[in-house]
Amino acid sequence: MAAVTKSGRAQAVAPLLVASSIFGTLLLMSAVEQPAVRVANADSVGPRTLEAQTRSAVIRDYLAAWSSLSHALDENNAHLLDTDFTGLAREKLSDTIADQQKLGLRTLYLDRQHDIHLIFYSPEGLSVQLLDSVEYDVQVLDHDKVQATQHVRTQYLAVLTPTEVRWKVRIFQSTPE
Amino acid sequence: MRFRPTFSLAVWGIVISLTFARAQTVPLAMPKHVEAGSIFSVSTEGSGKAVLYIVGPGQALRHDVQLGEKIEFASELHNAGHYSAFLVGPLSTQTAEFDVIAEQPSTLSFLAKPSRLPIDSHAGISGVVYVFDAFRNLVLVPTEVSFELSQSRGAAQTRTVATNNGVAWVKLDSASQAGAAQFLARVGGIAEKRVIQQVPGEPCNLRMSARKSGAWVELETEPLRDCKGNAVPDGTIVTFIERNNGTESTVDVPLKRGIARTNLPSNDGATISVATGVVMGNEIRWQP
Repeated sequence: MAAVTKSGRAQAVAPLLVASSIFGTLLLMSAVEQPAVRVANADSVGPRTLEAQTRSAVIRDYLAAWSSLSHALDENNAHLLDTDFTGLAREKLSDTIADQQKLGLRTLYLDRQHDIHLIFYSPEGLSVQLLDSVEYDVQVLDHDKVQATQHVRTQYLAVLTPTEVRWKVRIFQSTPE
Repeated sequence: MRFRPTFSLAVWGIVISLTFARAQTVPLAMPKHVEAGSIFSVSTEGSGKAVLYIVGPGQALRHDVQLGEKIEFASELHNAGHYSAFLVGPLSTQTAEFDVIAEQPSTLSFLAKPSRLPIDSHAGISGVVYVFDAFRNLVLVPTEVSFELSQSRGAAQTRTVATNNGVAWVKLDSASQAGAAQFLARVGGIAEKRVIQQVPGEPCNLRMSARKSGAWVELETEPLRDCKGNAVPDGTIVTFIERNNGTESTVDVPLKRGIARTNLPSNDGATISVATGVVMGNEIRWQP
């Protein structure tokens, strides 16, 4: 009889487990999903002509910076910013990570969509400025317990400067659209 | 005991309902825009204890809150950016999104290039200014930046440019007179200065004279000046070349007090020429 009951429970729980695993898989799939990226034509970027190769490198490194930011704020590890951020942007993001560590918080940023406009390439070629209408999900965890999630649509302004091998984000600030 | 789909669905429904109830969100009365470092308060509704989270890449805050009371912010939010606010209470979560915007300009980041260039270079000097507030936020409100390039002699060049997305830039000509120029960027009472060294251009009319000195011919240039009359700086290399019966002797001499001097063997019928950079001087056929 006991064996029958156990079997019945197992049968009852099985669909729940299946449903949970499907839900978990979907969540995981959405987490590794690449964001949709659209880059507007950069015909007028100010005083200097932006070559296609430079443009591609700037976009590639800017998107990589979002990935670094997401990992750094999720893991509360400022060293993860080193590859893609420098100067003021790195300092401010490091301060945010320090705040989070102090408060026992973590935040998970998942960028869903980028609509990027390159708007300024400085005359001496030492900075590129872009505007990004971005959509992302942000989740707050307090001592590893999920507290809330929000879908955000805003605009970021970023200034990137060239380093030895890549462009790094020097200013990173969202702006009211 | 057999699997009963109705029981399973009921359990699953309860789970979903509880999850939904826990995640139910209502708006939180946050202002849409807040100036960086400002003092403001937000009223809350309900009763009991809650936790307020304010997060963004620029800053993270956590406050324990008594629902029904005002939440006071005393200059805590100082990094400009977009923030998500969550007031997590026992029964519901209130949410809001808002922007912290930069306050008045306080500092300038001024990049002037190059630090050294020849005179009379059209649009050869560039100045780029980023305007920041006291909290090092980029000021995005269009702000007038005045640029001034001046030196001790001659009129100053001035331009006033409004910032676009926090940046203003200008291109200016270098002066016709050599010397140090002051390059100033100003926003209201805030100013940043850079020094641009304007050096003479290529020499004009490179001429040398020759005279016999024993077994040698003594060569000397006239004082070297550019086409605007600026003395070419000492240390500039002048090259003397003597060609005689298929042989060639070359001497590189740095300019001293505007003049280059050297001695070469006195060979009857030799051709002696002089050059500096891309400029060729006169040629002498030597007859002692």
